[in-house]
Amino acid sequence: MSVSLLSRLCLTAAMAAVLAACGGPQGPSGSGSALVRLDGSSTVFPISEAVAEEFRLATGTNVTVGISGTGGGFQKFCRGETDISNASRPISEVEIEACRKSGIGFIELPMAYDGIAIVVNPKASWIESITVAELKRLWEPGAQGTVRRWNQVRASWPDREIHLFGAGVDSGTYDYFTQAITGKEGASRGDFTASEDDNVLVQGIRNDELALGFLPFAYYHENRDSLKLIPVDDEQDLPVAGPVAPNMDTIRSGDYQPLSRPVFIYVSEPALARPEVQAFMDFYVANAGELAAEVGYVDLGTEGYRLVGEHLASRRLGSAFEHGGSQVGLTLEQLLSRERLPQ
Amino acid sequence: MTAADHAPVQAGRGNAGRLWADRAFQAVGLGVLIVALSALAALLYDVWSDGYHRLSWQFLTTFPSRRADNAGIYAALIGSIYVITVTAVLALPIGVAAAVYLEEYGGRSRVAKFIELNIANLASVPSIIYGLLGLGLFVRMMGMGRSVLAGAATLALLALPVVILSTREALRTVPMSIREGSYALGATKWQTIWHQVLPMATPGILTGLILSLSRAIGETAPLITIGALTYIPFAPDSIWSPFTVLPIQIFNWVSRPQAEFKTVAAAAIIVLLILLLTMNAAAILLRDRYQKQGRV
Repeated sequence: MSVSLLSRLCLTAAMAAVLAACGGPQGPSGSGSALVRLDGSSTVFPISEAVAEEFRLATGTNVTVGISGTGGGFQKFCRGETDISNASRPISEVEIEACRKSGIGFIELPMAYDGIAIVVNPKASWIESITVAELKRLWEPGAQGTVRRWNQVRASWPDREIHLFGAGVDSGTYDYFTQAITGKEGASRGDFTASEDDNVLVQGIRNDELALGFLPFAYYHENRDSLKLIPVDDEQDLPVAGPVAPNMDTIRSGDYQPLSRPVFIYVSEPALARPEVQAFMDFYVANAGELAAEVGYVDLGTEGYRLVGEHLASRRLGSAFEHGGSQVGLTLEQLLSRERLPQ
Repeated sequence: MTAADHAPVQAGRGNAGRLWADRAFQAVGLGVLIVALSALAALLYDVWSDGYHRLSWQFLTTFPSRRADNAGIYAALIGSIYVITVTAVLALPIGVAAAVYLEEYGGRSRVAKFIELNIANLASVPSIIYGLLGLGLFVRMMGMGRSVLAGAATLALLALPVVILSTREALRTVPMSIREGSYALGATKWQTIWHQVLPMATPGILTGLILSLSRAIGETAPLITIGALTYIPFAPDSIWSPFTVLPIQIFNWVSRPQAEFKTVAAAAIIVLLILLLTMNAAAILLRDRYQKQGRV
């Protein structure tokens, strides 16, 4: 019992720790030295993952993708810790400032559209469409505790309780929904069932006849047999009058307003000097359409990706949202051609 | 109960009442146990029936994919094993040394009391806080980057309070007579601790270590905070590699819209459970073997 088990364990551990510490950081390793690093929004993650997977099959270059969230992603991006940032909303002024301070110029590229679907239980036979004004009455902060029955939203609907479901307040979906419906990002009633996991919302609405909720379009699409989709009427004659149901076509054309939005990736200009990052970006633009549709998003269309490709090639730095914040109802052309401040 | 316990034994009705209360308590205890275990069993059954047909060698040896049918957990599995091993390597010596100081040397000094209070508080800090600390301290200040080492160091911080507390408990169970015997033979304090006290306390220390590692292996939040990845098509090959772990991969699959990914997630949960049970079994075997040796 002179050399005990524990002493042996401790000695081994200490030796291992010393050996390991001697190695020193050698930069990101993996098989091969070329590596493209992505991080950011979990909403955009499925598209970037799909592109990364195909890019590796095509070229053998490794790509890593994280899900720190749009904000967390930009923090790392502006410190130069990542090459490309996934974002479900445009970069904010604070984040632009952080990038400028560290000398990281960036190119803003929309890569797909995401729609927000308004859904109810299939048994809710009374509702066929809803207007933006009705959605506002239902979701605005003042509705908390007062608007609680279907007939308070529209008199012809039944005098029964309404149960609300929506994306969690930390999600880009919630930010965009509140921006588009109540007019102020992050402002809504608080007495609804919120979940960061959209599958929980699907379950909830599926099992509750009196439910109404909003979801990313991809989640409706995967569960279309058990949810009823409600067309939304923005009560404006342009681009189309009357209620519009979200589908690939109406989201791409911009007819489904105001609940469709582009999702972005931001490429760091210093990183773009590396051939593997440039190759990955070219590959991304060329394949994003097909892959985005495959994972449940709406592609930008052939013309859209041609514009995005040109934008990448022209290396035009900065954000189209530099002075606007999150905006509702911009077309792709407007978005790409808008003036940017010189950096 | 207490009144009945201390009352002198009475004949007749009183006695019957006491015996009845005893049996009732036993029944309630058993009932609670059954409820708890059947909830666990239902959970396990649910996961198993969802995921078992997705388990295969191919599932264990391929990288994640957007297609549920091709998705595998190789990077996450190796990442989890790698991170938890390095965590153990970091937490064991530091935790044991800290506990030995507090228990054998620190005594009731003010410093020791202060450290003690802090450790007790640390044990109840939410794990995301450790993630933020890890991001600031290991990833940025110490320049470890988003590496296995930074992840393991963060998890080691998380595991340390439990390792320290359980090691102290184990040290306390070593009888005073053993120490006195050792001193009587002329051994120094250090010799006594190293050759007598620590070997006797080993089973308890190992149990504490494994319990804390079992908590650490299921952590997601602190690792996402320090920048563990979600899609990574290669396994870590050194402690400086970027990495992902099983809970992050599971979290990502569960929140996908496609129903097929839930099956993949269930299969990954089964793998995580097996990994956890293997760890625990290894600890029990190690402990039993050592306990037998200790007695000889």
